[in-house]
Amino acid sequence: MNWKRATIAAASAAPVIGLFAWGLTRDPNNIPSPLPGRAAPQFALQVFAPGQAALSRPVGDTVRLADLRGKVVVLNFWASWCLACRDEHAALSDVAATYAGQPVQFLGVLYNDVPDKGSAWIAEMGGQTYPSVDDPGARTAIDYGLYGVPETFFLDATGRVAYKHTGPVTPAVVRFKVDSLMAAAAAPAAPAGAPSGDTAAASKGGAR
Amino acid sequence: MTRLLAYNAIIVATAISLLGAVLLPVAIRRGRRDWLTLGYAAVYTNFVLVTVATLALVWGLVTHDFSISYVAQVGSRATPLFFTVISLWGALEGSIVFWAWVLALYGAAAVYFNRGREGHLVPYAAVTLLLVSLFFHVLLLGPANPFQPVFPVPFDGPGPNPLLQNHILMAVHPPLLYLGYVGFTVPFAFAVGAMLSGEVASDDWIRLGRRWTVASWGFLTAAIVAGMWWSYEVLGWGGYWAWDPVENASFIPWLTATAYLHSVMVQERRGMLKLWNLNLMVGTFVLTILGTFLTRSGIISSVHAFTTGTIGYYFLAFIGIVLVAALFMVAGNSDRLASEGRLDAPLSRETAFLVQNLLFTAFMFTVLIGTLFPLVAEAARGVKVSVGEPFFNKMSLPLMVALLFLMGVGPALPWRKAAGEELKGRLLPGIVLGVLFAIGVVAAGGRGAYSVLAFLFAGFALGTNLQEFVRGANARVKAHGESFVMALVRLVAANRRRYGGYTAHIGVIMVAVGIAASSTFKTEQEATLTPGQTMTVAGHTLRFKNAWGRQEKQREVIGATMEWMDGDRVRAQIEPRMNYYPTQQEPVPTPDVRSTLRGDIYLSLMAFKADGSNVTVKVIWEPLVPWIWIGGMVVCLGAIVGAWPGGRERGRAVATPAAPALAEGQP
Repeated sequence: MNWKRATIAAASAAPVIGLFAWGLTRDPNNIPSPLPGRAAPQFALQVFAPGQAALSRPVGDTVRLADLRGKVVVLNFWASWCLACRDEHAALSDVAATYAGQPVQFLGVLYNDVPDKGSAWIAEMGGQTYPSVDDPGARTAIDYGLYGVPETFFLDATGRVAYKHTGPVTPAVVRFKVDSLMAAAAAPAAPAGAPSGDTAAASKGGAR
Repeated sequence: MTRLLAYNAIIVATAISLLGAVLLPVAIRRGRRDWLTLGYAAVYTNFVLVTVATLALVWGLVTHDFSISYVAQVGSRATPLFFTVISLWGALEGSIVFWAWVLALYGAAAVYFNRGREGHLVPYAAVTLLLVSLFFHVLLLGPANPFQPVFPVPFDGPGPNPLLQNHILMAVHPPLLYLGYVGFTVPFAFAVGAMLSGEVASDDWIRLGRRWTVASWGFLTAAIVAGMWWSYEVLGWGGYWAWDPVENASFIPWLTATAYLHSVMVQERRGMLKLWNLNLMVGTFVLTILGTFLTRSGIISSVHAFTTGTIGYYFLAFIGIVLVAALFMVAGNSDRLASEGRLDAPLSRETAFLVQNLLFTAFMFTVLIGTLFPLVAEAARGVKVSVGEPFFNKMSLPLMVALLFLMGVGPALPWRKAAGEELKGRLLPGIVLGVLFAIGVVAAGGRGAYSVLAFLFAGFALGTNLQEFVRGANARVKAHGESFVMALVRLVAANRRRYGGYTAHIGVIMVAVGIAASSTFKTEQEATLTPGQTMTVAGHTLRFKNAWGRQEKQREVIGATMEWMDGDRVRAQIEPRMNYYPTQQEPVPTPDVRSTLRGDIYLSLMAFKADGSNVTVKVIWEPLVPWIWIGGMVVCLGAIVGAWPGGRERGRAVATPAAPALAEGQP
């Protein structure tokens, strides 16, 4: 038995094992979006679910992104067939209501679904405080490079994508992003909505 | 009830594997034969217990016992019985159960057939087998436990992944893969046994493991080909290999195992390459575990994703232990593995094997590095990259072409030193056939250098390998006055290992020709047709008859009936479909393939109008693709011939005292 050679050989396994150990801490499916920091793709989509009270918009109304300049926009892509969307529904709907009257627009975008089913889903979930629009042919979803649902985009007041969140959001995440974007808009000296990459804390829950 | 039975069986199996693995080394040290017998009994008991657990899980699936977590996860009352049974390996936990069962079966068989052998090699091999078993039991009790209680018990479940219940090959591919993958544990265990018992300098571990290696290799080959076939028949893209990490994971150990099957002959004949062969065998096992780790841990992005949890860390720990222990043992024993012989001449069979081994090893590293590169790149530079088909195709084409050439040269070269005149006669048929193949492919319109070379060398290899059969049979006709066919049968029967190998070569050539032809001459076209309209692809005319829909037990089916025309006559009806499963948002496209020996008409339904007024179909003409599947079967036939019990062992094996134990000991 050649102990010295054996020990050296065994030690040579360390880098390989180290690489794998490091690899396990990464999610290979989490591919960073190139969108944050860039101008958000424009859209003009029709409302199919009006939302409630102060946040509501009439059904059939066309929402244009260009008209929302000056507001922080939370764009949430969802579908009635998406299980993870059920998890985040209450968080989004409740948090949106707390921003009533402030320069923030929450907007749901229906993805690969029909408005009838979307409306039924909203009713089943106990209503949605903010309006949802239909995205026929998923054109807007394609523009935003959607990989699955739910995905949520946070747009700053100048119309740039500031953050992208993959998977269900939590109230804390939404509040933190919206508050920081509103603060940036209120302080004109700072570059509005400096790109901060994306978050994907819960990406594994999303439907692909 | 069923759940508790299965779960407790695994708990007891865990304890018994551990006890056996501790008891056997003690028995060896104290020289206690009775304890040795007890240790072997642990191996058999482990098999019985895992069998109980596996059958219990199958029973749970069949009786829709949704109180078992695995059944609740993959079962559904609407799924046909057949697919319910095979969903045993349809998801992570069940596949680990099945793995553990195959491993326990192999372990019990390997120990049983070699239980009478003197020395400490087999006891140490049994320890190795028990320890590997133990790892899989730990997985079943921890991160991949299929036997968790579910409460309240659901009335029905979602059913298995629709893709996995769409084709009969799903019943074939996974078991073959496990039989191949897991099978290498046996020769690996013999190698470890040889190192631990100090018998590593003799070739015994190779002889004990030979049939297990050939059989596992045959299963793995069949599994890879069946996987290609499944992908071709089910996924609708008309291809059969995409260099996905999971495909690579099955291919990487295949490459080292194939290298081993060849280089081991150099050791048996000439006493050379001993350390190399040990490395190849240990490497093959490590690579099977590495492959499993890569595909089950979610460390690398793949279309074959199993849902992952903490199982990756368990695999990492196991792979770490195996890798460190293997490197430690092999390097520690390297002094005992000096070569007895040396290369006599550059033109000899030894040299051909050596070059072949270098190419296979290079191939293995190419695929391994390509597969791991995204991980390395992210670790080193923090960027996400993906390594796709272009890299693998570019790197592997020259290697494949060179290997085809060697496969033609090798059988014609004698051991030690080749004489010019004799060599000429042995190579001539191959050269003639190769040139004919090359002319054929150029005449058919093939222009790429690699495709012409591939056909040239395929013909060449076919010629020399066939020539071996003809020459051997002719010699028998002369010597014994037998008829040619009888001479051929007796020739193969008397030299199974050799002619099994040549048979496998011929199968590989068929596969190579199929791959070369389909990648050179594949023609594809998409069209939207109204009923009665026709389209023509590569000279084949197809007419759209009608679109239809029907409700099946577990799904809805939309299909289009297309007629493959031969003039005005309908040659065949082809019906590509889309299957809609209630639990799945998107339809599962189901292509339909009509095969002839010249090639396949491959039809996919891309889109349809709800009223049936038109459909969009993709038609692919896939020349010679069936030869890939036929070739795969021929390779397996070769493996069966080579691994068949009985038969004369060639080389030095005949003379060694271990031979009687071998004759008694092999399955």
